[in-house]
Amino acid sequence: MALMASTRREVDIPSYPVWLMVLVPFAALALQSLISLHFPRFDYIDLPLLVTIYFGITWRHPVGGTIFGAGIGILQDAVTQHPLGVFGIGKSVVGYLAASMGIRVDTESFFTRLLLIPFFTLLQSAIVWVLEHRMIEQPYAWLWVHEGIRAAANAVLGLMLFALLDKARRRD
Amino acid sequence: MESFLSRYKNPLVLLAVLLVQVIGLAVQVRRPSPQAGNAPGVRLIQYWALAVVTPPERAVHFIGSEVSGLWNNYVDLVGTKRRNRELLMEVDRLRLEQAGLAEDARQVQRLQALLGFQQQYIYKTVAAQVIGASESDQSHLLVLNKGSAYGLKQDDAVITPQGIVGRLREVYPHTSLLLEISDETSGAGVLLQNARLQGVLRGNAYGQPEIVGMLPDARIQPGQVVVTSGGDQIFPRGLPVGTVERVAADPDHPPLVNVLIHPAVNLEAVEEVLVITSTGSQMPATENQDIAQSELDQEQQRAADILAEQLPSKIDPEAPPEELFTSTVKGFTVTSPLLPLNPPQPDHPDQFTPGATPPATDMTPGALNGPIREGTENMPAPKPAANNAGTATANAQGQTAATGPGGAAATAGKSGAVKSAGNAKTGGTKLGLRTARQAAVRRKHPAATPRGGQ
Repeated sequence: MALMASTRREVDIPSYPVWLMVLVPFAALALQSLISLHFPRFDYIDLPLLVTIYFGITWRHPVGGTIFGAGIGILQDAVTQHPLGVFGIGKSVVGYLAASMGIRVDTESFFTRLLLIPFFTLLQSAIVWVLEHRMIEQPYAWLWVHEGIRAAANAVLGLMLFALLDKARRRD
Repeated sequence: MESFLSRYKNPLVLLAVLLVQVIGLAVQVRRPSPQAGNAPGVRLIQYWALAVVTPPERAVHFIGSEVSGLWNNYVDLVGTKRRNRELLMEVDRLRLEQAGLAEDARQVQRLQALLGFQQQYIYKTVAAQVIGASESDQSHLLVLNKGSAYGLKQDDAVITPQGIVGRLREVYPHTSLLLEISDETSGAGVLLQNARLQGVLRGNAYGQPEIVGMLPDARIQPGQVVVTSGGDQIFPRGLPVGTVERVAADPDHPPLVNVLIHPAVNLEAVEEVLVITSTGSQMPATENQDIAQSELDQEQQRAADILAEQLPSKIDPEAPPEELFTSTVKGFTVTSPLLPLNPPQPDHPDQFTPGATPPATDMTPGALNGPIREGTENMPAPKPAANNAGTATANAQGQTAATGPGGAAATAGKSGAVKSAGNAKTGGTKLGLRTARQAAVRRKHPAATPRGGQ
């Protein structure tokens, strides 16, 4: 099966320079805020989510993916109007699942990434919707068209971002 | 255990991270309350904690109240009727007292209207039961079994028939948190009833209500009644708060004193409370009806008192109302009290005896229908005159005799009753007296001729 881990490359644990591990999340948050400020349509893109997915599927460490997702999500909450924890919970789940899938699935494949990114985008939107709508009782409309466009846009940009980040990683 | 943790390490870490964030969310998020107005909503973590804690409390309270109700309502009914009678009498007495005070109240209302004061009347209350309490000595909170679903709002005043208890601090759909007046964070505007000194009531560190920051005043005496002043816009004016227990110096502000209050309500044993959900400046309709009923009762009571004073006989206040006997006499309906079955019989019949007088239809105009007594029946009878042939003399019993105008005399029988057939306009007694007088004159002057006595 094409998606199952069967090659040596899939069981390798890629490593990244520390500065890159620190810089990329903050850069994603800053760019997200900065670009959305000048281009309102950019809010379809969720750069912190793409970074979480990428580090999750390439790191293949569920605990690390969970904590990484929680950290970047809480930081994203801090710069939005959400209470701290909404994006944190969503990205924790995404980081955990991405890392879990990275163990079992060939996440180096272009098609795999093309499927995973929309899936995780929709998953995070669903988690945020549940939290906002059921827990915080804030108005939060679920629009399928909007979510579909968001998933597609993130998938396109994610593929390019993942390819760029692939070039920065070190292989043992 | 170790294998379990190592095996499920990743999901457990995920759960832990999620739990921490959920708790963090619950701490910072306030659930908006539509009844709270501009007040901040309730923290989600408080909402959840109460949602976890109150169902067991509610269940325990429900079971306890059901068992207690079964016992009190169906088993332990000794003295209930007597108590009910006493309460009814007390209600009557209170109604009369209320009527007595109603006029004063109306006068006060008129004066307040003139002065522009606003009196707060209690329009609507919701009865609630205490199902839980705070587990800290520093916090005097009670959990009520009703919330916004019953119309309760934040800062609603909570009272009992004895006095005020506190105000609602947080309101949830089916639960509320009641902040007692003994809590340090509470506050209520109060008034010393006799001294007319106002102050702010709050709890001290020992959980006792006290009026803080008052100027020393000799009029503040132990035992003085303290009521709400209405200045806090939460408690209506005039509700009992408690009595002055003692006056203590304020250690933080030396010239000032704190007045320790003995609360009217036993705050450690509150079970049922009334939450004031609506107040207004007009007296509620039910209260007006009560006063009107009391005034009516008072008027009836006055009429009964007057009647009792005028009638010398004893009137049994608990006797049943008199039954009326209705009869129809020749087309007229006559209503009279029911006649007794065996009326007392007179010793001897007289002219007032029922049935002694013939009916009016049988009477002849001008006819004498019965014996007429003049009080001369016991006088000594005059001696009969020999030359008075046409004169009837009094009989042996000294009773009246009468002479007819035509000289025909009819002697009466032993009873002395004389029936005169002529001269209906003149009474027989007068004629008899005149005849007796004439007979006496003839005895003195035999030559005299009586008029008409040929």
